[in-house]
Amino acid sequence: MTFQPGRKTFQRAALAAIAILSTISMPHAQTVLLNVSYDPTRELYRDINKAFNEKLVAEKKKPIAVRNSHGGSGGQARAVIDGLDADVVTLALSADIDAIAQRSQRIPANWQSRLPNKSTPFSSTIVFLVRAGNPKAIKDWDDLARPGIQVVTPNPKTSGGARWNYLAAWGFGLKKFGGDEGKVREFVGAIYKNAPTLDTGARGSTVSFAQRGVGDVLIAWENEAYLADLEFGKGKFDIVTPSISIRAETPVSIVDANVDKKGTRELAEAYLQFLWSDQAQAIAARHYYRPVRPEAAAKDDLARFAKLELLSIDDDFGGWAKAQATHFGDKGIFDQIYSPAR
Amino acid sequence: MPDASTILQQNAHVAGGGTTAGTTRRRAPVTGEGPVARAVLIGVAIAFLSLFLLLPLVVVFVEALRAGAGAYVAALTEPDAVAAIQLTLMVAAIAVPLNLVFGVAAAWAVAKFEFPGKSFLVSLIDLPFSVSPVVAGLVYVLLFGAQGLFGGWMRENGVEIIFAVPGIVLATVFVTFPFIARELIPLMEEQGTGDEEVAMTLGASGLQTFWRVTLPNIRFALLYGVLLCNARAMGEFGAVAVVSGKIRGYTTTMPLHVEILYNEYNSVAAFAVASVLALLALVTLVAKVFLESRYSDELAARSH
Repeated sequence: MTFQPGRKTFQRAALAAIAILSTISMPHAQTVLLNVSYDPTRELYRDINKAFNEKLVAEKKKPIAVRNSHGGSGGQARAVIDGLDADVVTLALSADIDAIAQRSQRIPANWQSRLPNKSTPFSSTIVFLVRAGNPKAIKDWDDLARPGIQVVTPNPKTSGGARWNYLAAWGFGLKKFGGDEGKVREFVGAIYKNAPTLDTGARGSTVSFAQRGVGDVLIAWENEAYLADLEFGKGKFDIVTPSISIRAETPVSIVDANVDKKGTRELAEAYLQFLWSDQAQAIAARHYYRPVRPEAAAKDDLARFAKLELLSIDDDFGGWAKAQATHFGDKGIFDQIYSPAR
Repeated sequence: MPDASTILQQNAHVAGGGTTAGTTRRRAPVTGEGPVARAVLIGVAIAFLSLFLLLPLVVVFVEALRAGAGAYVAALTEPDAVAAIQLTLMVAAIAVPLNLVFGVAAAWAVAKFEFPGKSFLVSLIDLPFSVSPVVAGLVYVLLFGAQGLFGGWMRENGVEIIFAVPGIVLATVFVTFPFIARELIPLMEEQGTGDEEVAMTLGASGLQTFWRVTLPNIRFALLYGVLLCNARAMGEFGAVAVVSGKIRGYTTTMPLHVEILYNEYNSVAAFAVASVLALLALVTLVAKVFLESRYSDELAARSH
């Protein structure tokens, strides 16, 4: 007869398994800040966190652990509303922080006036990334509406970057058609008809375009376009700067209810103020974000930013509250122009 | 009871009668197909398996080792990766024993007793198989999230469930719940209550009966269920992604960490972590094959 493990063997094995499993330790607590951010800032905040700790050490304070969570800006805001314990939020647009303030009351409504520059330490803009040599000759927004062009852009419902993409296209349309909204709708609708799939976050779209080779043109954050260019080696893509784009302001805030509960308010405020420091501004410019204090950044880094006409969310679209409701709310213009296309 | 080979031959006669009607009956191939047809079928099966299972597995290891063994080791010893591996093991270490207890209890109740609502309980056990993992995760957000049913009260009292380790454990327990119970119920039903009744008649207590009679009878099926449950617990992505909050090095399990690394253009590290998951799956597979042979012996032994 073959080997049959007996009852004793089985019981012993079970006990041994329990003993081994119980020795696996729990992750232990330490002084921690949780920065809930949007998708493309992973590399930026890795450097900023390091610089912030260096500053703390230089001031003879204890270094802290900054934990990061990244994802589509809208989804991240949703997670904070649902209880993700963020000390600070650094999101892609103010509407997402407004949503946290309104729905969870964990941030006061006047949050944007608490820090300089409407709580925006650096901004970005929206550009195009195309395949090397620009085979489809894409130069400006109207090329994206041409039949046969495949556009890659994330979903404005979940991604902050995608909402900037959409508004930049809308702004171009407004200028081109002299404010005729019917024509602008048709124009932006034609661009989204050329976008077969919408990823949930900007990084997902970049990976689709750059790594999986989907599409002819990626509408992307300027910083994301440069980063993809660096990561995949020069010469694989060209960056195309359209004639008009939008100043994509990416604001920051502490989450008051969370920092008060955890007793991390002082540290969280210091962390956000650090974003306006010379060091952080220089780091931002190095990562292709446009700093609000360009004098702190390296000249070479600044020289890389193309000069173009930038629309403003407040002056040209009446602020995020209005733009959000008009364009991205339930049954807003985006819903109207996108659903029939499918 | 007829043995397996006679059944096979009978089936072969039925199949052969259909396909080779009127021609002389060949004796040698039991299945009735000619050697060419057999070679083609086997070839197609092997090609399919290689293309869809073996090749991706090989790719994982090739990509992981693309930048050399040094980069591979560095990717796995990086603190966030270590934290992800630890978290995954810990979640499995909690979820699997819980499901072990629940699974045995549920299978015991369903297989050995008659009670009203039994079929309802069986469908309830199957629920996690039919519910999408994303929904499973969202359900916990709706219950325990800050805006959820119990979330507000829990936050006030400092209980963290969602976007923390307990939520990940809950979601994992939910999706892996049926594995052990489903493995045990058919076996225990087949075994019936005879052995237990004999033990009881001979004066054994309920606990003694369970520990000395029932448990030894189901040990291989139980181990098999534990293996499957463990494999799913370590590999679960959807439900965990919803409740995790994706805090690097804190609430990212291995599958989530793989996705994060891939999205950071760090495919070597992503595939290195993926290769650990694949290795764990291979270990499970080997253990499963071993147990399957044992388990079928056990089943065969029962029918004598």
